Amino acid sequence: MRAMNTQRRIVYCHCAYAQVVPADVKQDVLRRLTESGTSFDAVADLCEMAARRDPWLEGVACQGPTQIVACYPRAVKWLFSSAGAPLPEHGIRILNMRTEAAEAIAAALETAEDVDA
Amino acid sequence: MSAPLARSLRVVLYEGVGSRSIADADRFAMMTTLLQGGYAVTSVRTGSRTAPEGARTPIVVLGRFEHTPPREAESDSAAAPVFFRDIEGVDAPAIASIVESVHAEAGTRRPGGWKPWFPVIDFGRCTNCMQCLTFCLFDVYGVSPDKQIRVQNPSNCKTDCPACSRVCPEVAILFPKYKMGPINGDEVREEDIHREKMKVDISALLGGDIYAALRTRSQESKQRFARERDDKRALEERRRCLTKLQEQLDIPPEVLAALPSLDQIRAKTERAVAAAIQRQTPAGTEQQ
Ligand code: SF4
Ligand code: SF4
Repeated sequence: MRAMNTQRRIVYCHCAYAQVVPADVKQDVLRRLTESGTSFDAVADLCEMAARRDPWLEGVACQGPTQIVACYPRAVKWLFSSAGAPLPEHGIRILNMRTEAAEAIAAALETAEDVDA
Repeated sequence: MSAPLARSLRVVLYEGVGSRSIADADRFAMMTTLLQGGYAVTSVRTGSRTAPEGARTPIVVLGRFEHTPPREAESDSAAAPVFFRDIEGVDAPAIASIVESVHAEAGTRRPGGWKPWFPVIDFGRCTNCMQCLTFCLFDVYGVSPDKQIRVQNPSNCKTDCPACSRVCPEVAILFPKYKMGPINGDEVREEDIHREKMKVDISALLGGDIYAALRTRSQESKQRFARERDDKRALEERRRCLTKLQEQLDIPPEVLAALPSLDQIRAKTERAVAAAIQRQTPAGTEQQ
């Protein structure tokens, strides 16, 4: 896999406590990330972190351009908000593993194009 | 939303300066195992950035270190301990055991144990009408000091029950783990607004005509809530409403079985009505 766009941090959600993200997509995305040579953060389940207001989410929201690989952008946006860590208007790109193929997500991660929440 | 803050253990899989790289297949297996175990893992490779720590949580750094690292150090920023463990020749299942033992040593929160199922409010759509608060029988919702609806007790929510999202007139309640849109966070289309606005007779379910009472605010209406109703009729009415709810709102049977008693529902209704009337009364302290 080509190098990811390292100008943005990458946060990958494994959606570990439900089967809503197709298993093959999330496994394939994770595999591509681990083979990309890029540093990234992986979390077991963003929903669970939001429910207990994990302060790490605030760090993600505050510290610059980030690509979040999870599910529907509207869900992710309001999950962060519910945790007291609202995402900024600009600089956040949310990629949806419920609707996109792993290949499309990997391709999006390689580009610097801005797609905001 | 308020839930107890708890320190969780973060795992760093370190392949930067001073540590040898890990084979791709091993890195993937290790990360998959740890994520399935509920841990957050940062993969650190030379020359690229990761999200900031941002939290004062203990960290365990795993790596194939070239020199023996200290077993434990204190991080500069947060006085949280940082543990180092050499994983030379260690496979994914053994890594999980190493992390488990650090977790026990650090006294961090045990990951998992709960399917995170709770409503998330889309405040871009919410009009603060409070229907969800009135409807939910499990006190999931509350009101913030600035009188804004909020999810107050997410862990009270009944797993796989999306019922409140179906009574929200604005389609503003999401359950990110729900199977279908727009409740799962998919975009809301015009037809969704009509489809999701199911005019369920929740007042009957709750044992009284809440909204009529709110409209008239007459003493006569208020008395209607307090008046004893024929128990048999009330139970039948409730059963009918519950069946309707189960079909229309996708409520799991076990949630229906766990519903509070009619008396509890009546008491909740009275509290909600009193609060709502107070909000609508000019002299009320919570007037909007
Ligand atoms: S944010 Fe989306 S992908 Fe992540 S755990 Fe929640 S529902 Fe799953
Ligand atoms: S029912 Fe919907 S619009 Fe009304 S307060 Fe609840 S979330 Fe907001």
